[in-house]
Amino acid sequence: MLPTPDTSHVPYERVYEPAEDSFLLLDTLSSASETQYLHETFSPDASSSSPSPKAIPFVVELGTGSGVVLAFITAHAKTLFGTNQILTAGVDMNAFACRATIKTVEKAQADSVAEAGGNEKPHGLYLGSVMGDLAAPLRNHSVDVLVFNPPYVPTSEMPSRPETFTEDLPSKTSFDDDSYLLSLSYAGGRDGMETTDRLIDALPEILSPRGCAYILLCAQNKPEQVKARIQTFGSEWRAVTVGSSGKTAGWEKLQIVRIWRDISP
Amino acid sequence: MKVLSLNFLTCAVKACKSSSDSYPLHPQDAELVQDEIELNPDMLINVLPRLDWTALRTTSSELGFPALPEQAPTAEELQADEKMIRDLHHLLLETQISEGKLVCANCGHQYAVKEGIANFLLPSHLV
Ligand SMILES: C[S@@+](CC[C@H](N)C(=O)[O-])C[C@H]1O[C@@H](n2cnc3c(N)ncnc32)[C@H](O)[C@@H]1O
Repeated sequence: MLPTPDTSHVPYERVYEPAEDSFLLLDTLSSASETQYLHETFSPDASSSSPSPKAIPFVVELGTGSGVVLAFITAHAKTLFGTNQILTAGVDMNAFACRATIKTVEKAQADSVAEAGGNEKPHGLYLGSVMGDLAAPLRNHSVDVLVFNPPYVPTSEMPSRPETFTEDLPSKTSFDDDSYLLSLSYAGGRDGMETTDRLIDALPEILSPRGCAYILLCAQNKPEQVKARIQTFGSEWRAVTVGSSGKTAGWEKLQIVRIWRDISP
Repeated sequence: MKVLSLNFLTCAVKACKSSSDSYPLHPQDAELVQDEIELNPDMLINVLPRLDWTALRTTSSELGFPALPEQAPTAEELQADEKMIRDLHHLLLETQISEGKLVCANCGHQYAVKEGIANFLLPSHLV
């Protein structure tokens, strides 16, 4: 088991606290089958069908919250990708989440270096975090690995910004501001899918040709329909459940779907 | 945010994405901080094919760094040029933008940078 990043500095009254969904992402990304996939797709020395050296992958997490997932990926790059040569970056609508993520990544990197004890650095290169709506700030077709634990809980409406709210790292937040920021982390609107649906629609533009996305879904999101919809993007598109938790009566409460284009000849 | 991130960022306004003026964003009133990071020539050589060199040249000169050559070096050229490796390492990896603005040359929108975090959330009339 790889160590979970320390998030003890994160203000949980306004930033999502790592929970079962976060840990399912960590477990899935570090599972034998996914590290094998990531090694084969992105590690420069993996023996593969493509003879050309592989360009260094750009890994982006949307909705980083505390930064626990992005810090895990960055700190354990060597284990997950077979190389410390990865670039990582985070996006969140919540300024406090971006600030928390910077710190979480920094700590996790330092811990991974201490653990490796003077050998080659195990961690990747974190470029930073920006505030934004999904992948809007990113150049099209630039993302090689996209990770998203979205606001997935079905709610009657999407959060609306309080009148008084200023999104720029305010020094103080009111109770209303904090409840707004926390509602961003879970409230998914209709079927819990309003934000995730927007992201899925944009995937063909966001992902590089070799790119993949790991997206967390809950049972109420109707995962089978979501996967079927992705397959309508084209015959090369794949959407496969690669991790799940909380199985009751044949239903997974939470699952991680990997989405990619199968372009092998 | 590291200077290298500017190579991946663009204007968040949908209508700007198709305009070549929306990339790269132009730093203004940028305050820079320098970290010290161990030099990893291998890493830089592998980052090279990912870079949009023209955009990087613009960013570099706008931040007041010495001019980069017009053409991107090849991996072999970079490997042989220790000074260029150091310069790129310093610019891309050690330099962070901590405060300032990033401006889109197409729509003129200014994205504020505070505490090293750029804010790409758009006011509702631009979404
Ligand atoms: C369920 S939390 C996940 C947090 C963290 N990644 C984890 O796994 O513990 C969802 C996160 O997405 C962010 N978020 C919600 N809508 C977003 C959007 N449209 N664009 C970017 N981030 C968003 C929230 O602020 C919150 O931090």
